Amino acid sequence: MDTLLEILNDLHPDVDFETCDTLIDDEILDSFDIVSLIAEINNEFDVNISAKDIIPENFNSAQALWALIERLEDEE
Amino acid sequence: MQNHILDYLDQTVRRVPDKLAFGGVSQEDGVTFRQLDDRSRSIGSYLAALGMFRQPVVVFMNRHPNAVVAFLGVLQGGCYYVPIDEEMPRARIDLILQNLHPRAIICDETTLDTARTFDFDGELWLYGDLIQTPADAAALANVRSRTIDTDPVYVFFTSGSTGIPKGVAACHRSLINYIEQLSETLGFNEDTVFANQTPLYFDASLKDIYPTLKCGATAYIVPKSMFKFPMKVLEFLNEHQVNTLCWVVSALTMLSAFGALTELPPKYLHTIAFVGEVFPVKQFNIWKRALPNARFTNLYGPTEGTGVCCYYHVEREFGLDEAIPIGRPFKNTEILLLKDDNTLAAPGEQGEICIRGTAVSLGYINDPERTASSFVQNPLNKSWPELIYRTGDIGRFNKDGDLVFVSRKDFQIKHMGHRIELGEIEANVNMLDEIKSSGCIYDTEKGKIVLFYVGGISEKDLMQALKEKLQRYMLPNTIRQLETMPLTATGKINRVLLKENYLKERKR
Repeated sequence: MDTLLEILNDLHPDVDFETCDTLIDDEILDSFDIVSLIAEINNEFDVNISAKDIIPENFNSAQALWALIERLEDEE
Repeated sequence: MQNHILDYLDQTVRRVPDKLAFGGVSQEDGVTFRQLDDRSRSIGSYLAALGMFRQPVVVFMNRHPNAVVAFLGVLQGGCYYVPIDEEMPRARIDLILQNLHPRAIICDETTLDTARTFDFDGELWLYGDLIQTPADAAALANVRSRTIDTDPVYVFFTSGSTGIPKGVAACHRSLINYIEQLSETLGFNEDTVFANQTPLYFDASLKDIYPTLKCGATAYIVPKSMFKFPMKVLEFLNEHQVNTLCWVVSALTMLSAFGALTELPPKYLHTIAFVGEVFPVKQFNIWKRALPNARFTNLYGPTEGTGVCCYYHVEREFGLDEAIPIGRPFKNTEILLLKDDNTLAAPGEQGEICIRGTAVSLGYINDPERTASSFVQNPLNKSWPELIYRTGDIGRFNKDGDLVFVSRKDFQIKHMGHRIELGEIEANVNMLDEIKSSGCIYDTEKGKIVLFYVGGISEKDLMQALKEKLQRYMLPNTIRQLETMPLTATGKINRVLLKENYLKERKR
């Protein structure tokens, strides 16, 4: 989780990712962010986020993203 | 002879009045050619009644078909339009308004409140009111007859290295030339269905808007938020039977990089043109495999060359280490590759890509100095006045006679399809009191803007401050605070060393 927060903080140092759960709803993450985020996560956690995982519910908070990563790690 | 860009609309509205011209998310968002014509003529009549002519009118509207109606309305009134957008930071909008001193800004309900906060003493007009104006056919005809094809159509603002954006103005003749060549090259016709991805405040959107008018085609304006979610985009394309995309590479890559294309193949697509930057061959190959029968074309051209001026149909296999060429100029445009001594580069030799012909735009509005440094007399022509545009891009012709991009002469970069002067980012950083010095580099491989600074401000507060000043796509992706800034022997920021150190750190 810390690594994920580090990646997120690097993208937007001014956002409190531990509490924010409206990353998509409030347009905090844009499409550029999503692309670079997925690339970094895939790389860092050795998972493969695919198109069908790229839905608003999975990206609205760091918690949701972390849940996605854990699910993908289990599937491997 | 056609001498006005709206001549396209005049003809098309007679032929297919009830066809959808511009569509949005829902059916109510759409406008037919008849509605487009009627509403734009209402807006034009409003301008004509005020006696406005050949003046800038700023359009500040939501990304929606109505914004296109407003653009055309300004043209109906004999004026030229300047799109701005909520994505632009306030500081940039203020600079644009200071440059142009427009009489009015056209707003819609979603932007009016924001516009009221601008440092602007002109008028704010509501789109919904303007389209209620009864059309005055005589006044519109009068305005049209006074317009000549060297009058401006629009001004698009682009990044300037000093921190002051440059407003590129182009005239009817250049735009007509562009739309004719582009439509012929890509084979647009009445059956073409576009999905517009590029922001309406960039000239990249001309590719969707004006061929639609010329051919009686249809263009859907895809909501920006959709581009975060590839499956949603593909559903949209299939739902509206979109067959043609003129998109920036990063948007196309979004669909190919995560397997979306194979998950939900776009059923109707047959023409894909990409702009803004070089398409990585790996991603391109995924597209090619998903759509083996589609035609793929690389488009190249700076805003100053009125949209796009070169094309390359990708018809052979490319190795992963190969770059897809810029290709050849459109008909009626010449590319001169000029070496430092202003002579032509021989085949294989490098030179600056310079554009000659009707495609060369009018220049930077209200900025004779910067215009004069890039729009220059053709050094090969000593016999009559002839301006060419020096792009600052270095290229060479390969053995097939195709133009290939090599590098930039300066610190301009292409990031996510956007053209950015690293100097503009630094200039905005340096404006902050806490900053002692700053240097920006671009990590080409990862596609990241990296900012280094020395000063008494945290990385977090610096990012917060920059969000007020810089457009979203210009924001650094990584910020690093330094104790001291590496300098060159002449005392300039040593970007080479910054980059070397950064890459070393990244590898660790």
